Amino acid sequence: MINAGNPKAAETSVLQTDAGRGAGRLFRRILAAGKGGEREVMKKETLTVSGWTTGDTELRIGFIIVGIVLALGIVSVFYTPHDVYEMNTSLRSQAPSLTHFFGTDNFGRDVFSRAMVGARFTLLVSASTILLATGISILLGLACGYIGGMVDEVVMRIMDAVNSFPSILIALVMVSVLNYGKLTIIPALVIMFIPSFTRIVRTGTLQYKNADFVLSNKVFGDSDLRILFVHILPNIYPLLLSSIVIGLSNAILAESSMSYLGLGIQPPIPSWGRMLKEAQDIIFSTPWAALAPGFMIVMTIVGLNCIGEGLRKKYLS
Amino acid sequence: MRYFVRKVGILVLTLFVISIVTFWLFHIVPGDPAAMMLGTSASQEQLEDLRKELGLDRPMTEQYTDWVGGALHGDFGTSIMYRKPVANLLKGKLSITLILGALALALVIVIGIPLGVFTAGRKHAVSEQILNFLNILGISVPGFFLSILLIWVFGLILHWFAPGRFVTMERDPAGFFRYMIFPAIAIAIPQTCILCKYIRTAVIEEVRADYVRTARSKGSTKNRIMYVHVLKNAIVSVVPLIGMIVSGIFSGSIVIEQVFGIPGIGRLLIASVTSRDYPTVQTLVMYIAIVILIVNFIVDILIQILDPRIRIAR
Repeated sequence: MINAGNPKAAETSVLQTDAGRGAGRLFRRILAAGKGGEREVMKKETLTVSGWTTGDTELRIGFIIVGIVLALGIVSVFYTPHDVYEMNTSLRSQAPSLTHFFGTDNFGRDVFSRAMVGARFTLLVSASTILLATGISILLGLACGYIGGMVDEVVMRIMDAVNSFPSILIALVMVSVLNYGKLTIIPALVIMFIPSFTRIVRTGTLQYKNADFVLSNKVFGDSDLRILFVHILPNIYPLLLSSIVIGLSNAILAESSMSYLGLGIQPPIPSWGRMLKEAQDIIFSTPWAALAPGFMIVMTIVGLNCIGEGLRKKYLS
Repeated sequence: MRYFVRKVGILVLTLFVISIVTFWLFHIVPGDPAAMMLGTSASQEQLEDLRKELGLDRPMTEQYTDWVGGALHGDFGTSIMYRKPVANLLKGKLSITLILGALALALVIVIGIPLGVFTAGRKHAVSEQILNFLNILGISVPGFFLSILLIWVFGLILHWFAPGRFVTMERDPAGFFRYMIFPAIAIAIPQTCILCKYIRTAVIEEVRADYVRTARSKGSTKNRIMYVHVLKNAIVSVVPLIGMIVSGIFSGSIVIEQVFGIPGIGRLLIASVTSRDYPTVQTLVMYIAIVILIVNFIVDILIQILDPRIRIAR
């Protein structure tokens, strides 16, 4: 397959790497779709297919929901309607009203403000988890796919073994082994996501390893690292993108489960999982204290799943 | 048969690797179990004695062979928190969790498969949108939140069961199942959504196959084609999912036992993780690993039996 002098190979090279560099453009297009910027294109398409089949509707719904939650989390850094930690016995168990959107809990704390701060920490933990997992998986996946042989076999068998376990069990083992501190939850969750991400990167690497544009660059004398990170990796981003979004929703689910069990972010920092735990015993008298964080979790995950599903439909089928 | 032997070999090997990894993980943990059992007021002598009693003074390989040898005889070491043999702690708990899991699995299969087939036949735009949305919602609701909602609505408002008042099967079988059905539902819903979606995709794919046209032209009724020909093939293609679903059910029950206050494996696991009771955690992890591996093993064998195409391809 050595055809460096062949102009046709160079041509495919340009075309395919272009597709890879399109990852940045992909992000922009997704953003545009979220804002409704692609409406004109949509109109032509809606003659035959609805937004649900192209994934546009899901993307739009998802971006709106996630945008709201993200905004709440960011705003909570500068401003919350009420103090998050202050307990006020005269305001105990108030029903939702205009001053307290989600009511107050049995200590008189404003549930809406706490949910806002909870959004910040839950999103922070989940995002850093996925970021770390993606980074490690890219390194592992590229190595496995490119080197192959024994390395590939051993790493992938380990990944299979990890993957066959209940995810929460792995997180529990890691939390107890790592002597939980404030941030132990992050490495504990990272392990859950490495196997599936690594598999995707590995499959992508295998797919492009022997592509003409990679071979021609090899002949031109590019180093292995350059080939991996400049020529192969950008082509894998689109494959990875929807898994990352779905992974983010799973990370939020896992984080709130761990917080619910008292093994996530430690008090007094509010997190959605622990708010639910605390509100569980008083659900009969103050149902809003439990419904509010639960609703926030469900909304965020629905939003992320919508984006993931939309991306999958739009770019992978 | 050769396949079977090879699979058994891999199963044993995997178990061996997992046991080493778990053992090693819980032995590099900082902190001395003997010191934890005795508290801060213990004298150096007492510590030494207890260490000797627990076998902590011996080299790690010896401790490992001891642990595995004991486990094969039903001796899983001593719990730090309860100061009792772990085997005693497990008594009764294992069956509760297994019943809960079986109940959830039954719900997943009984609801998921018919629902998948039913929805595959309806491909109108509106119903598809509703389904799509319900599916996303189903996998998005965390199990513990769903459980809290079930407790609130069915326990506190409708009084269909008494939350927190778990009764054992021996004392009151009817009450036991009335209590267990709600956690089982909470565990089953996300898995049902996943199964339903896969069945639906599989059925839609199968309907396009040539044999369906042949059956149609032969004069078979639509229902006969659906339930005799298509469903058989569709189910075979989702059998590999069972391993994933069982693992999901375990994940779910670990958390949901906590919400409902069911004294099963999950609750013991959480309690021992929070109190750093490593011998117990270690044993429970091995237990769950064995169950998951055996289920995956059975699924692999089942696929071989159900789908001759794979047998030929090998």
